[in-house]
Amino acid sequence: MPVKFENINFQALKNTTAHTEGVGVSFRRLDRTVRLGLKSLWLHRLRSLLTMLGIVFGVCSVIAMLAIGEGASHEAQEQIKNLGSQNIILQSIKPPEEQKVVSGNQSFALEYGITYPDIKRIKATIPGVTVVVPGRIIREYAWNIGRRADCEIVGTVPWYPQMRNHRVQEGRFFNDLEMEDSSSVCVLGAETAALLFPITSPLGGSVRVGGNYYRVVGVMEQVGKVDKSAGAASGGPQGGSANRLYMPLSTAKTRFGETLMKRRAGSFEAERVELHEVTIKVNDRDQVMNVSLAIKDILDRNHKKQDFAMVVPLELLKRAERTKQIFNIVLGSIAAISLLVGGIGIMNIMLASVTERTREIGIRRALGAKRHDIIVQFLVETVILSGSGGLLGVALGVAIPFLVTYFAGMVTIVTFWSPVIAFSISGLVGIVFGIYPAFRAANMDPVEALRHE
Amino acid sequence: MSAKPIVHLDSVRKTYQMGEVIVEALRGFSLEIFEGEYISIMGPSGCGKSTLLNILGCLDRPTSGRYFLGGEDVSQMEDDRLSAVRGARLGFIFQSYNLIQQLTVIENIEIPLFYQGRPEAASRALAIELASLVGLESRLHHKPAELSGGQQQRVAIARALVNDPLVILADEPTGNLDSSSGEEILGVFDELHQQGKTIIMVTHDDDIARRTARSIRLRDGQIETDILHKRPTAPLHAS
Repeated sequence: MPVKFENINFQALKNTTAHTEGVGVSFRRLDRTVRLGLKSLWLHRLRSLLTMLGIVFGVCSVIAMLAIGEGASHEAQEQIKNLGSQNIILQSIKPPEEQKVVSGNQSFALEYGITYPDIKRIKATIPGVTVVVPGRIIREYAWNIGRRADCEIVGTVPWYPQMRNHRVQEGRFFNDLEMEDSSSVCVLGAETAALLFPITSPLGGSVRVGGNYYRVVGVMEQVGKVDKSAGAASGGPQGGSANRLYMPLSTAKTRFGETLMKRRAGSFEAERVELHEVTIKVNDRDQVMNVSLAIKDILDRNHKKQDFAMVVPLELLKRAERTKQIFNIVLGSIAAISLLVGGIGIMNIMLASVTERTREIGIRRALGAKRHDIIVQFLVETVILSGSGGLLGVALGVAIPFLVTYFAGMVTIVTFWSPVIAFSISGLVGIVFGIYPAFRAANMDPVEALRHE
Repeated sequence: MSAKPIVHLDSVRKTYQMGEVIVEALRGFSLEIFEGEYISIMGPSGCGKSTLLNILGCLDRPTSGRYFLGGEDVSQMEDDRLSAVRGARLGFIFQSYNLIQQLTVIENIEIPLFYQGRPEAASRALAIELASLVGLESRLHHKPAELSGGQQQRVAIARALVNDPLVILADEPTGNLDSSSGEEILGVFDELHQQGKTIIMVTHDDDIARRTARSIRLRDGQIETDILHKRPTAPLHAS
């Protein structure tokens, strides 16, 4: 075989600059190292894929769980915000010890709850309290010809929607004039409207409650999917159903009076409650907690029995935020553990790979590879593994909340930073768990490595 | 013949600690090799052949003594600089070819240039030239597993030449080959020798040793005989 060695033009290559330093050159070399890494990983496709799965599931579960958690807490916070963060809500509750007395005594008019004098006192003594929304809540059936809805009839004031961040969806809320005149008008909650007027628009129609007809002037907006819990949080004393019907407080007072009669299996009982629910708006948000303490003080002095409850949405909000924080910490630990497990999986495989490729390392060292070339080579492979695992995990993790929303109807929110953080952690895991195998590869004695079978 | 030796070992010692026992693999070994020489190193196993080759190949450092490669003292160089010396000045040919399995022929040939940081396009061009030189122009994108032993060894030769080394070190290059492939490889070595390349070859085979210009026989870490078969050819081109 003729080998014309002198014809080879080495000079052309020698004239090119051979840099081992410098950013541009490093990048070009890194690019080649990455291609090399991909090739090596491709050689063991199944193994690489299985190794990646640890990171995939770690990242995916972090994002999915965060999204579901964020959705749940977001919804809870929305509901609390609907109550108004500057509000303090007082509710009348039937004192438990009285109930026993009632069952013993056959005809006894039970008197409890927040009274008009209470409100006057609060207004008079506590500064910075502006708007007070009193409300009466009566449990009654509302009728539209043959259709019936088990309703909470809320007697309230015209500015109730603003106070509760609850918008009118159709028509309008009743106005001051109607309030003054005790007009027979009402506004339906979205659910009530759906029950009573399934096909036609309820606006202009009338609803019968007891013996009286009320003209429907508006329909409230739906408060979110889990309205039931919102109803419980805003706490009608009777709790439960979200079906609501709003009418002017004055109308409610004249129509239903202040005494509620109920017949029960032979016995007869009467309750007398002046106000079921009072919403107090505090002008300064920072003062909400102080004002709530002051109100509690005033009420405690005038109520011997515990016949009222105080809901401070701001406090609820803070509590919800704290809960979310704890939730995030728990999630963070789960994420850390799952990524740790994934990382250990990667390290395990890389150590096996280093041993398996001892010969290759020896060859490369003999052909001029420096220690750091070997480190970079193996580190790049680990980072490719964990990085592509991270990418896959992000894709899955973003997709899963959509599926959850679609199939389970839960609200999920994928925040921008959760995929970013999860992905960068996966990259970090690659580096952290890749360093040891890479150093082990680089510190091999080339002579020993070349002898390895 | 140039006055300065290309390889100069000056009373090189190499000792290994094997448990309690200290083994002396090389005992004050001195050797001078000039440009264009074609040398075979022989000797029974355990005579220090491998140790000598490792030191010549800058894969290992002598315990004491000095080693000048191309006039540069490499005997106590630190690891990274030794790597650079291996990559730039030495060409290795192994008994078991030692090609990287996941890389193609062309990529295997390029490796030394990659670690020197040479540009990719120029490296590739040179690698293709060398591949055709050893008759593998039609196998450029094959993996080593798809080649015969002789072809693999020719890839290894191309790889050893790609950095235009001062010295080519061959460790029993025909040991794994059948006689006709072995003959082919030795033919390539003869050609390279005629074109002025410096080759050091370790072998067991007396017939092969006789083809070389100079044979060194080792025993117990020292030179037993150093026979010159023929005058070294004058280098055809100055490097």
